Amino acid sequence: MINQVLQSLPYIVPELIVTGTLCLVLLLSLMMRKKSDLLVFVAALGLFAALAVLTSQPFASACLFFKMTVIDPFSQFFKLVILFAALIVVLMSRFSDEVNQIKKSLGEYYFLVVSMTLGMMFMVSASNLLMMYLSLELTSLTSYVVVGFIKQSKNSSEASLKYLLYGAFSSGVMLYGISIIYGLTGTMELSGINQVLAQGSANTAMLLIGGIMLLVGFGYKISAVPFHFWTPDVYEGAPTTITAFLSVASKAAGFAMLMRALKIMFLDSSALEIGNEFWPLIHGIPVVEILSVLAVLTMTIGNLVALWQDNVKRLLAYSSIAQAGYMLLGLATISNEGYSAVMLYFIVYLFMNLGAFYVAMLISNTLGSENIHDYKGLGRRAPFLSVSMAVFLVSLTGIPPTAGFIGKWMIFLSLINVKMIGLAVIGVLNSVVSLYYYLRIVRNMFLHEGEKEEVAIRYPLAQQLLLLCLMVPTLYFGIFFNPLIELVQFSVQMFGIK
Amino acid sequence: MIPLSHYLLLSAVIFSVGVVGVMTRRNAIVVFMCIELMLNSVNLTLVAFSSYLGDATGQMLVFFVMVVAAAEAAVGLAIVISLFRNKQTVNIDDINILKW
Repeated sequence: MINQVLQSLPYIVPELIVTGTLCLVLLLSLMMRKKSDLLVFVAALGLFAALAVLTSQPFASACLFFKMTVIDPFSQFFKLVILFAALIVVLMSRFSDEVNQIKKSLGEYYFLVVSMTLGMMFMVSASNLLMMYLSLELTSLTSYVVVGFIKQSKNSSEASLKYLLYGAFSSGVMLYGISIIYGLTGTMELSGINQVLAQGSANTAMLLIGGIMLLVGFGYKISAVPFHFWTPDVYEGAPTTITAFLSVASKAAGFAMLMRALKIMFLDSSALEIGNEFWPLIHGIPVVEILSVLAVLTMTIGNLVALWQDNVKRLLAYSSIAQAGYMLLGLATISNEGYSAVMLYFIVYLFMNLGAFYVAMLISNTLGSENIHDYKGLGRRAPFLSVSMAVFLVSLTGIPPTAGFIGKWMIFLSLINVKMIGLAVIGVLNSVVSLYYYLRIVRNMFLHEGEKEEVAIRYPLAQQLLLLCLMVPTLYFGIFFNPLIELVQFSVQMFGIK
Repeated sequence: MIPLSHYLLLSAVIFSVGVVGVMTRRNAIVVFMCIELMLNSVNLTLVAFSSYLGDATGQMLVFFVMVVAAAEAAVGLAIVISLFRNKQTVNIDDINILKW
């Protein structure tokens, strides 16, 4: 027994490094209260080291810790996305006035961000319902606290309470789903569940109820409609850095978990042929229908409600709901192509969404406002910032030559390849609607005169460099996207499946 | 010997009581207690299934659920206190700065 633990350890070196980092951050913050830069340095270094180790083991594929977690190209890919997002968020936090005003507990802040990262890393590699629940709770519990990090702000603590209540409720429902599935199949391992389901002896109605309850937990994490009610409030009330982290990394982890559960639990491996575009699914469970309805609802409601938002963070919250809808479209194809399109979208989404939130954060640092009307005249006062915001927003809409276009294109292509033209059309129509609210920000920045005096706003070089790090990939991957496609086509492989 | 269905029915009823409580109660702490009720009904289901199937995995999950519920209660009460310091209320209807 101890042997298996020891054999598993070398595979989770990135997680161990992250764990070490979070302990170190906590200790350092206790010993040296004044040195916040040191904390940023240690946290960033730890995350970078984990990233480096992760990229050095791309072909690892194994089942670890008594089949609790697996390591495969799929989980490695999502860990990469999550670690990279965490690294950017830690650097962003260094520049955030909102976070740095709380000098006393900065150590806790970085500690919580790194532990959230750890939870997400386990989420993407969980292959057992128990492990899924535990890692989901690790991520959720830390994010409840960090959303309410600004203690004296009414918005922040309100967002935190709402997040907690919605989160605890949906994880309770998810747990009931887990107990039903366990009762039906007698196991909590995803592959074991698949074997029992393949025999066809399980009661389909009960399985459907259990599956839908499980989906509530996932849907809450990826903020799919109708489980999205917390998203706008939490995104608006939380510190902007945390909003950015939740909208990218937390969503990526939720999607990875959903994708793995879907494929490993419901794939009918006996009917699997190589070269088949569709995976054959175990009969009796309307997976495609449920996912399609969720996807259409999510993107339509996200986009329509975003139209009349005046707070930029809230607008981006609804936009991120809509983005989750596009990604669900890719899942609804239940093909490897759709999966790899979603994964490609995540790389792109990482840069453009973090970038948009970063600009919103920098602007609220100087203007003290997140209202869209205060953005008027910014094009002249802070040209570099405004141009990069325009790039991110254009990319979020999905207009060439930005990377967002490639992401959307791949998803729609995968839909067309499995003959789901109707869904593709709805997706394109939604992108057109989203153009309106994204360009509203750009129009306010460039085409309107500011009401106050036109003083140029200067930003330190370090802040501009970080912005450049996010903007360049958004443009670069729009043109040179072949390496990305190769990466996701390799990374779509999961352990235990052809 | 009490049949499995009795346990399942009881836990389904407790779960529903929890869900209805979350939907209807206005005090954040009471809502929180209703969520704990939901988690405990799940524990009952898991233990019943576990003993019925003769498999220990379900009982293992029960321990983890209890641990997580305790952690959640600690975090939750801390958040409620932090909100109360800002707004002097724990009524959910008054927690409404952020909407639409």
